[in-house]
Amino acid sequence: MDWVNDVIQGILTGGLYALFACGLSLMFGVMKVVNLAHGDLAVVGGYVALGVIAITHVPVLWSFLIVVPIMAVLGYGLQRTLIQAALDRSVLTTLLVTFGLSVVIENALLQFVNADSHSLGVNNSIITASFSLGSQIQIAWLLLLILVVAVVLLLGLQYFLSASKYGRLIRAVADDKEAAQLSGVDYRHVFGIAAAIAVGSVGLAGIAQGMYSQFAPTTGTDTILLFAFAAVVIGGLGSLWGTLVGGVVLGVAQEIGSQINASDGFLAGYIVFLAVLILRPQGLVARGAQA
Amino acid sequence: MSSAQDGAPATSSQSGDTARAQDGAPVEGPLTKDTARPQDGTPLLEVRGLTVHHGQLRALDQVSLRVFPGEVYAIIGANGAGKSTLLRTIAGLHRATEGSVLFDGRDMTGVRPERRATQGIVMVPEGRRLFGSLTLEENLKVGATYAREGQWTIERVYELFGWMKDRRRQLTAQLSGGEQQSVAIGRALVANPRVLLLDELSLGLAPVVVQRIYAMLPQILATGLTVLLVEQDVSQALRVASHIQCLLEGRTTLEGRPADVTPEQVEAAYFGLASAPAGAAEGEALWIGSMMSSRGS
Repeated sequence: MDWVNDVIQGILTGGLYALFACGLSLMFGVMKVVNLAHGDLAVVGGYVALGVIAITHVPVLWSFLIVVPIMAVLGYGLQRTLIQAALDRSVLTTLLVTFGLSVVIENALLQFVNADSHSLGVNNSIITASFSLGSQIQIAWLLLLILVVAVVLLLGLQYFLSASKYGRLIRAVADDKEAAQLSGVDYRHVFGIAAAIAVGSVGLAGIAQGMYSQFAPTTGTDTILLFAFAAVVIGGLGSLWGTLVGGVVLGVAQEIGSQINASDGFLAGYIVFLAVLILRPQGLVARGAQA
Repeated sequence: MSSAQDGAPATSSQSGDTARAQDGAPVEGPLTKDTARPQDGTPLLEVRGLTVHHGQLRALDQVSLRVFPGEVYAIIGANGAGKSTLLRTIAGLHRATEGSVLFDGRDMTGVRPERRATQGIVMVPEGRRLFGSLTLEENLKVGATYAREGQWTIERVYELFGWMKDRRRQLTAQLSGGEQQSVAIGRALVANPRVLLLDELSLGLAPVVVQRIYAMLPQILATGLTVLLVEQDVSQALRVASHIQCLLEGRTTLEGRPADVTPEQVEAAYFGLASAPAGAAEGEALWIGSMMSSRGS
């Protein structure tokens, strides 16, 4: 029964990892930008949620209604200025620029907030509670909710990309931005929209992290970015559903690893990550129908 | 090679054609456009003294041209003559070091490619460049997203290319080269261009397929479009064009109406020979001569 429980807990955690990874995958899939500031932006999302809650007193669960649009605007702005300027030079420049952005965000948070950890407490017993399956398996409502949010986000994104005008433009620009220009498409604007979606989803990830555990200025690089990377690589770079598969595989590997030895959970996750890189570098889910 | 035996350009009835006076078409050296081709009316597209560099290489050197409404203007020339560079610079994909591009009297030189497209300069790029992860219909929809007002719609493209509608849900990678080229043309048409730039339509396609695609040109022109095309296949260009311009190493070596230039002139302009072909270029020159003669006169 322990193993069954590990797998179930791993799948639940996988939802959180998928949420971490979704924006990273989208930015790579569309713009070929590996956003090293991804995790820090999630932490910014967490702090923005703290601020929004303090000012407006909205319930934590509903704070995303304000946080996600703020993050989306931030994403559009970053893409149209810093990241586009880097892209105009070369794709490699974006690595340096987003790395620099990551350092700047982290230190700015240390400077202007503080190094303390924060969490987004949910004063809702239904969310904080868990329920039992059989005698040994406890399922936390919060993790289940996060998993559902991740699946809904991916479904929504897939629908948006396949059926909407801007989704179609995003895919077209990801294929060939010069050909898109010849059809009158301003690819910079389309990149901005993709970045808005990616960073908006990162805001969700920050809230989820704050609700599930806690965040501090360094959480972005030492936790969120690493897990997001692992999930994206395991699932397949640029594949949306791959992020869910990758998140779940990572989560299950971590649970099983910590079952074997309590301190080996993360190690097991990274072993799977390396194994996939060696044996199936394109990821478990081959690039599919979407960007 | 047999469908246009009469030698008349496909567009000889177009109004723009009548605006052209007979020109002398000298054999050697670039012409000075304004004296050699007196016109009335203003050109739809005008290129003035365009110089473009690829790094250190001077790909275009002081090239000028004037395209009048309703024309089929063909740029011919050997590989590396700068034909595609010229077209891509007009579309806005290359920056000019010198010179300007005027469209309908407005200076487009600093304008971004997407803005040029929405104002009516639309290019079918070399190698087709379809969106590979999109279906045929989605490719057309992207083309139509920022379209100008006009009579071209996706439905209209389906009428022009009868096979398309049944296969609109296929990914374009599943289409043959000729079909992909048709989709690329359709994607440009639905933007309702005023001037359509066609870059090497025939590249990588069987001659029969090329014939079939060029056979569509009159129907496209009938909707009031102007066409500026680049073609390596000289005989094809001479057959469809109402005006040709030959480039050699980035410079204009000949221009005129197909009916007014002789095969010898084209050979000389194409290869940069001062007189009759001799030596190494002879084989190719003969090849052009035979292509030219198939057009009759």
